[in-house]
Amino acid sequence: MARRNRAGMQLGEAVRVSLKMIRVNKLRAFFTVLGTVMGVTFLIAVITLITGMDSYMKEDFAGKVYGFNSVMLRRRPSVTMTDDAEQWREWHRRQNLTFEDARWLEERMETPGILSINSDRGGKVDGPGGRTLEGVNVSGASASYFTSRDTGVEAGRVFSEQEAERGVPVVVIGKDVADKLFEERSPLGRTVRVEGFPYRVIGILEKQGSLFGMSMDNVVIAPAKSRVNGFVNPHNVVDEITFKVADASLVPRAMAELEGWMRIRHRLRPGEANDFELETASESLAFWNRIATYLMLALPLLVGISLVVGAVVIMNIMLVAVTERTREIGLRKSLGARRRDILAQFMIEAGTLSGAGGLLGIGLGIGLAAVVSAVSPLPARVSPLSIALSILLGVGVGLVAGVYPAWRASRLDPIEALRSE
Amino acid sequence: MSAAREVIIEARGLQKHYQLGSETVRALRGVDLVIARNEYVAIMGPSGSGKSTFMNLIGCLDSPTGGEYILNGHPVAGMSDDELARVRNREIGFVFQTFNLLPRSTALENVELPLVYAGVGKHERRERAAAALRAVELADRMDHRPNELSGGQRQRVAIARALVNTPSIILADEPTGNLDSRTSEEIMSLFARLHRQGQTIIMVTHEQDIAAHAERVVTLRDGAIHSDRRQAPTPARPATALAGA
Repeated sequence: MARRNRAGMQLGEAVRVSLKMIRVNKLRAFFTVLGTVMGVTFLIAVITLITGMDSYMKEDFAGKVYGFNSVMLRRRPSVTMTDDAEQWREWHRRQNLTFEDARWLEERMETPGILSINSDRGGKVDGPGGRTLEGVNVSGASASYFTSRDTGVEAGRVFSEQEAERGVPVVVIGKDVADKLFEERSPLGRTVRVEGFPYRVIGILEKQGSLFGMSMDNVVIAPAKSRVNGFVNPHNVVDEITFKVADASLVPRAMAELEGWMRIRHRLRPGEANDFELETASESLAFWNRIATYLMLALPLLVGISLVVGAVVIMNIMLVAVTERTREIGLRKSLGARRRDILAQFMIEAGTLSGAGGLLGIGLGIGLAAVVSAVSPLPARVSPLSIALSILLGVGVGLVAGVYPAWRASRLDPIEALRSE
Repeated sequence: MSAAREVIIEARGLQKHYQLGSETVRALRGVDLVIARNEYVAIMGPSGSGKSTFMNLIGCLDSPTGGEYILNGHPVAGMSDDELARVRNREIGFVFQTFNLLPRSTALENVELPLVYAGVGKHERRERAAAALRAVELADRMDHRPNELSGGQRQRVAIARALVNTPSIILADEPTGNLDSRTSEEIMSLFARLHRQGQTIIMVTHEQDIAAHAERVVTLRDGAIHSDRRQAPTPARPATALAGA
């Protein structure tokens, strides 16, 4: 009990003394823990950006690409990293999805929801006065696509079911396309040429924003069965059939039902593998999660280097401090400090110093992440776990770096120490 | 009459040898000395006489190479570093020539330091340190830092620090070496008062007129006791002492 009490007082006393030292000599303290500050800054910044990216992927990206609560039916996976030739051959052997597939499914689906189709490809759009845009995302969609994506128009209207079915040459254009081709004038009612085919503009999409810095507004959406069908896809072929349900809890049911119908449609025997892909937002997130995992694995290396450098600097400065304060150490020993008291004092000092550096690094890291997310499309979100980890690392680096100097201090001969100038 | 008093320090054949390269320096060649409670002893000697070595041994800052040293009943020879630290903490109050106060701590915090290492709780520490400062008439300077105090006040803080653990002996090493004569007398009269109150004081000095305040003067020469005589201590009176100097 008495010993614990003593240790406790030592801790409080030593922390107080080292905080006093930091106050007295701020600049030196700062340079001492620069490595810790940098390591922690880096750690916090990267984790903050990854965490931000993570929530962006889950909340924003998934919604923009797949739509919320949707199941996407495709011939091939939308995102892949494989270079397995056999896998590619298998994908190429698969039958295309067609307009008939979409209608057939729509008639049979029992899960309540909206079925929509969409195919897209980069293409050329000509406006009035010889203005031309290359690389516009040309999309052929069903009328239900707009409802399915919760995408509205800021002016005009979207095309109707009938227009989509009959392939009427009308088009809804994105904000960027409208601005670039028509500038200040209203595009509504005017004609644009999509890959050479004339289309009447009937609506302008609400601003969609960007995804990883790529504009989501550089788009034109035309009825799937209009002339674009031959351009974006071979005739009658559909890239993706999306089934949107009202609630996330219905997603598994919709998925199972789509799978069942498609197996019937493609006459697959039990045991035979699916020759189509069913994707949900959460599946594409698995891809992101892998990237995040790689980043997280690289992180310790980068942070580790900073912290090792930081520890070496702290160790050196602490050795200088021990030399400078030899007399104080001698005095403390003459007054009854044991080796372990001196050891504890210097280790706690190093830990406090480095811990303070860690706190500074947390602030700087959050600041850095905020700056990065302000000037780039990368979002930032502070993770509480990374802050706890940083404090732990900060103090830990100090303790590790402090061991040797503190040991040296504790071994000083009090007579020699008292005699030193 | 001193034979009847309780023995505080007992050194028997105390030796200290240093190895300097191939040469053995025999700093102490067998010192026998007995000091009783409430004695006021000055230890003198020219430099190289073994005076400092002897003081380090008495102060438990060092262990003897040979012989025996018993401090207040503790046989010190052969103690480990931690045991020596404990004895220093409990039995000895050091007063240094250069005061050795922690510059960034207040007078009160400086005086508390030995109690920190004794494991005394914060509240009691405060009280005892304050009492020690009152005893050296520095009650109004408790929150001052050393650089806000005069030399004499600093040495009085150091004496308060030496007293705070109620040690068996006060061990003063040239306590007036950094002070002017007037302030030296002030410190000497403080020692005289502590002595009257029953404190055992051992003072290492090379100044004859400072040693004159002690009731016993031990002179070392060539690592051995050269003389050990008792005297009537000079009463510390600043004005007259100053004139005598």
